[in-house]
Amino acid sequence: MAVTTYSGAEQYNFEIVKKFAVMSIVWAVIGMFVGVYIASELAWPFLNFDSPYISFGRFRPVHTTSVIFGFGGSALFATSYYVVQRTCQTRLISDGMASFTFWGWMAAIALADISYMLGHTQSREYAEMEWPIDILIEVVWVAYLAVFVGTIMRRKQPHIYVANWFYLAFILATALLHTFNNLAMPINLFSMQSYSLFSGVQDAMTEWWYGHNAVGFFLTVAFLGMMYYFVPKQAGRPIYSYRLSIVHFWALGFMYMWVGAHHLHWTALPDWTSSLAAAFSILLLMPSWGGMINGIMTLSGAWDKLRTDPIMRFMIVALSFYGMSTFEGPMMSLKEVNALSHYTDWTVGHVHSGTLGWLSMITFGSLYHMMPKLWETKMYSRKLIEWHFWLATIGIVLYIVAMWISGITQGLMWRAFDQFGNLQYSFVESVAAMHPFYAMRAIGGMFFLVGMIMMAFNVFMTIRQGKRESAELEAKLAAKLAHA
Amino acid sequence: MNINFKHEWIETNIGLLAVLTMLAISVGGLVEIAPLFFINKTIEKVDGVRPYTPLEQRGRDIYQREGCYLCHSQMIRPFRDEKLRYGHYSLAAESQYDHPFQWGSKRTGPDLARVGGKYSNEWQVQHLIAPRSMVPESVMPNFPWLKTTLLDTSDITDRMKALRKVGVPYSLTDAEYKANVDKFGETVAKQLHIPNAQLSLIAQANFGNYDGDRSNITEMDALVAYLQVLGTMVDFSKYKDDAFVNDR
Repeated sequence: MAVTTYSGAEQYNFEIVKKFAVMSIVWAVIGMFVGVYIASELAWPFLNFDSPYISFGRFRPVHTTSVIFGFGGSALFATSYYVVQRTCQTRLISDGMASFTFWGWMAAIALADISYMLGHTQSREYAEMEWPIDILIEVVWVAYLAVFVGTIMRRKQPHIYVANWFYLAFILATALLHTFNNLAMPINLFSMQSYSLFSGVQDAMTEWWYGHNAVGFFLTVAFLGMMYYFVPKQAGRPIYSYRLSIVHFWALGFMYMWVGAHHLHWTALPDWTSSLAAAFSILLLMPSWGGMINGIMTLSGAWDKLRTDPIMRFMIVALSFYGMSTFEGPMMSLKEVNALSHYTDWTVGHVHSGTLGWLSMITFGSLYHMMPKLWETKMYSRKLIEWHFWLATIGIVLYIVAMWISGITQGLMWRAFDQFGNLQYSFVESVAAMHPFYAMRAIGGMFFLVGMIMMAFNVFMTIRQGKRESAELEAKLAAKLAHA
Repeated sequence: MNINFKHEWIETNIGLLAVLTMLAISVGGLVEIAPLFFINKTIEKVDGVRPYTPLEQRGRDIYQREGCYLCHSQMIRPFRDEKLRYGHYSLAAESQYDHPFQWGSKRTGPDLARVGGKYSNEWQVQHLIAPRSMVPESVMPNFPWLKTTLLDTSDITDRMKALRKVGVPYSLTDAEYKANVDKFGETVAKQLHIPNAQLSLIAQANFGNYDGDRSNITEMDALVAYLQVLGTMVDFSKYKDDAFVNDR
């Protein structure tokens, strides 16, 4: 062991980072496989196989929970524990509590997935976990906050690095959202079932306040934290503008919380609420692009890396998709656009251009940067990283193009009138028209999944290689000591 | 006094950073959610909306369990095409007893806010068992187990009590029962009385015969009972076309 100390294996707790990093890849493979499967169910419904456990309605939350909280969540735990230690130059405040967050989080995701298949759900999108799992998550989250803040308090220099602001805002916001959106009354203490505290319009508002900020904080602010550490590191350049990072941090944190009601345009929610949300959604373009510009411009003076460094390519494409989907989002929050786009596949495409294009790509880049450092070796295969990049990119493009076409087609078919003023299409005609695009979307997803499996293989081989190398080094050292 | 603010103060103090972040992220939710509980116009004054009967509520539980909300909305928007396709736009009052709401966010299948009474029970049963036998282009999963699984009625009292705690006017005492008689009429009030829950559930299932088989009460009975009541509580012929415009 003596050999490895120089790299900080004792100074830092990297064991917890390794565990979360590996599990993030495991959950990605599971969650994306389920995603491809449910996409295929929509194209070829026989795949439901008359089984309650894998029918679309029960299987879809397995997909969303596994990718958002399993893959995304584990990647955030891994990178935040890595970044906070490196930038504060100190070890996590408690190994025990960090380990608790790992086992607690894994248990929550696994239990949630199993419980959905058995039919236990709050039927709140992205918050389907029933109350016992919600309580487990709450406890894990408080421990996470304690570990993160405690570690920052032990930092070796006065300044708190910008990536940590973003991680902190994500942890605080998620605690707030999770708590209020999951207020529910269990039917009794031995039952998984519960009824939400709020009803109808207030319940809808609370759920979409949560729903959009799960996107805003869990899936954006946190990943900006990742971006603020790994992009400058990989580029070998400082952040483009420190001032910009300050301005867009506060603007983003403040404004995101207002925009959830744009999911409820033209519904029974009062107009004032959804109009306010639309106004803030449009304002939100500015801080979003502030982050994108800050990330992309960090590469100025080192643009050649895009040609030579596939990891850098992941990161820059991620930021480009971030810019694109944060333009598309405000546009879709306009009431006139929303009247067409809402309830259609366009929304699904928009979400995936954010989650596949921005979150997954920045995570892949960050993991490819971090994993060799953790195991003190190089990535096993650079070629596989290149392949992963192209498969993922092609997969995303197929996916979102299919959803753009199908979404706009649906929206137009539903509102089409014939010359006599009757509805031109029955609903099922719009369903039939979707088939080729649902097939195309499933194929796009398969591309992305195959790239993901390549990454899993590459990482597996890298870890083996790292372990072998350190064993060899130790053996050499032992031999030398024996001679002496 | 001249205070020269420096962002550095925040960057070097984790307590200050956390408190200010918390403030920044709390405002939006407070401003948009809290007033919805206090502004009276948020929920329209309208006759006819009542809590679900025990059987309908159990059907609603199954609707949630099978994830129907992931492909079907229950929220009709005030557009000409939606009025022709689905009927009058949905009112907030119509989901005031919905814990949780089921407005949905996606129409892979059609909106169901007013599906009640549109199709016969027989059609619904056959369509749930094998959708493509009725609508060849449909991509809906088959739900054959609903017809073969007996409805679990053992916890219906617990369920109604939990709903009562979160504000649904199911009655437990005589006073509450009387209040319901005044508000919803005697027939409905009896069905909302928790001590009668088991009996009124069985009575409604036998009378309605939703799954076409009186020998037992299945999950299909409950789900079809729920589907058949959706959107039927308000009689819109009693209201003028623009009666609810100012409530938005």
